[in-house]
Amino acid sequence: MNEKIIVDVSHVDKYYGDNHVVSDMNLKVREGEFLTLLGSSGCGKTTTLRMIAGFEDPTSGEICIEGNPVAGKAPFERNVNTVFQSYALFPHMTIFDNVAYGLRIAKVPKADIATRVSDILELVQLEGFERRYPAQLSGGQKQRVAIARALVMHPTVLLLDEPLGALDLKLRKQMQLELKRLQRKLGITFVYVTHDQEEAMTMSDRIAVMHDGVLDQLGTPEEIYERPQTKFVATFIGETNIFEGCVNEVDTTKRISVGLENGNVTVAPQEGFRFGEFVTISVRPEKLRVSLEPREGFSLYGVVRDYIYVGSVIKCNVVLPNSNEVRFERLAGDELPKPGEVVFPYWEPDDCVLIHNRDNELYTALESIRLV
Amino acid sequence: MTLSKRGRTVRNAIYCVLVYLFLFLPIAVVVAGSFNATESRPYLTWKGFSLMWYQRLFDGSQAALMEAFGHTMLIALTSTLLSTVIGTLVAVGMYRYRFRGKALIDALLYVPVVIPEIVMGISLLVLFAQAQVPRGMLTLVIAHTTFCIPFVVFNVRARLAGYDVSVEEASLDLGANRVQTFWNITVPVLAPGIGAGALLAFTLSIDDVIISYFVNGKTSVFPLKVMESIKMGVPPSVNALSAILLLFTVIFVVLTQSDLLSRHRSE
Repeated sequence: MNEKIIVDVSHVDKYYGDNHVVSDMNLKVREGEFLTLLGSSGCGKTTTLRMIAGFEDPTSGEICIEGNPVAGKAPFERNVNTVFQSYALFPHMTIFDNVAYGLRIAKVPKADIATRVSDILELVQLEGFERRYPAQLSGGQKQRVAIARALVMHPTVLLLDEPLGALDLKLRKQMQLELKRLQRKLGITFVYVTHDQEEAMTMSDRIAVMHDGVLDQLGTPEEIYERPQTKFVATFIGETNIFEGCVNEVDTTKRISVGLENGNVTVAPQEGFRFGEFVTISVRPEKLRVSLEPREGFSLYGVVRDYIYVGSVIKCNVVLPNSNEVRFERLAGDELPKPGEVVFPYWEPDDCVLIHNRDNELYTALESIRLV
Repeated sequence: MTLSKRGRTVRNAIYCVLVYLFLFLPIAVVVAGSFNATESRPYLTWKGFSLMWYQRLFDGSQAALMEAFGHTMLIALTSTLLSTVIGTLVAVGMYRYRFRGKALIDALLYVPVVIPEIVMGISLLVLFAQAQVPRGMLTLVIAHTTFCIPFVVFNVRARLAGYDVSVEEASLDLGANRVQTFWNITVPVLAPGIGAGALLAFTLSIDDVIISYFVNGKTSVFPLKVMESIKMGVPPSVNALSAILLLFTVIFVVLTQSDLLSRHRSE
């Protein structure tokens, strides 16, 4: 992987009045990668993108593009282009004029404009649409025009703000693959904003998960899924079972034991966890197991409530004594306990993720009076 | 009472004919009168078909009427241009920026529209007299521009309601500076609203009588000239000039409508 940093966001904060939209954002985008800013609405991902594009100024901090600080530079002075969520096609211009717009402003010779526009329209499979107007195009076609209009400028970085948000599911899936293919083919750096975790997982080289203006975790889709560093990341990406508890035994060579409301569980030993600390454990449904006998190191039990058949897998809900539910998945055809039967949930100590629970209210309260 | 299908068709046709007669009969009378070969007041008896009133418009015998008409056109064009530029900037500025007193300015825009014209005419006259501005072309243009601005603002604002600011951002993003963006994107996208506002302003200026009456000084304008002359019956030269105006209006409407039909804009 190319390690050249093409966009460097360092210590960026953004306030709208008293509203802290982005806080201490640090993000290095590598040349040629497909990086996704993922988060629910209002998490600051679009604001971050707009600060890179130049539509918003950071309240503090610095953004560098290709090593040069861009503070005070207007959007038209930055070699980045944006694909807008609403496409933002110019309604009074033909498709050709839309795509040629930036080239004409840049005073590219007429003959070159004609070739570059027709090449890019061919690339996005819109040959023959040159003389139509945006209103005559379908959503997917408008989307392609918006992408072509930005790509024809040969930007250093292409910024995409939820570009597939307005398309129906089937078209969206198809466009995801096309966009990914296009990005590989052209080798242009993509910074992509979405709230759809599945979309992020499908397309990205790396994902930056944002939550309440904070970058929670940056990593490959696999890292994000397998080793979430915060409870938010664990719950936002895919399905998971969350257990909250307190470390009641630490043996760094063998295991860590965690006391939950409904019993004790065991996780693999790891550095950085102290006795008495509040922790969150995330276990994916496909990693959670159930036994008909109690297992060593686990004292959880529950009652099988029901099954949901989802084609190739069966999802099963188990109710714990405190009426919380946990869910596990099995392949269809596996032998399963019957509804109403008592089972003992457990997992291989390596199959779960242990997360510091710093936002636990009790922990914060205890910390404030120096009890922990 | 129930009518057969045929009966309903006939009834509807009669309604339509009556409505269109009501709308267009007066205009037809004006046009017919312009071709009347009569020479004697009150010009109401039909003396046969003739183009003599059209000829007289251009042979110098109707110099006063033609001069008034020229003044009116000049005032209308100037005040349309001014009010369109100012009104468009007001609408765009109020759409884009938040500032103290915006709600007040917004409310004040309606004042020239709802205020009785006679009040506006008197107040302008008093103002010009106090400021010792000689009444004439200048005061007419100022007065007309003033009452036309809100109409331009309202039309442009209606267009802005469906406006997506991200098209301007897209233009900036593609390398155009703010001035280029304004001329390449903002103005063309708002053009239907600006055009409608300008047309309305032009029309309002041409047929304004009351306000012009107060501020015209010694400058003759077409509507006032017509008012004067009808004391002794409408001379067919006025009919002829009106018919010419009408002809230009119809041509203009046909042109703009066919333009709208042939081009596929997103509305």
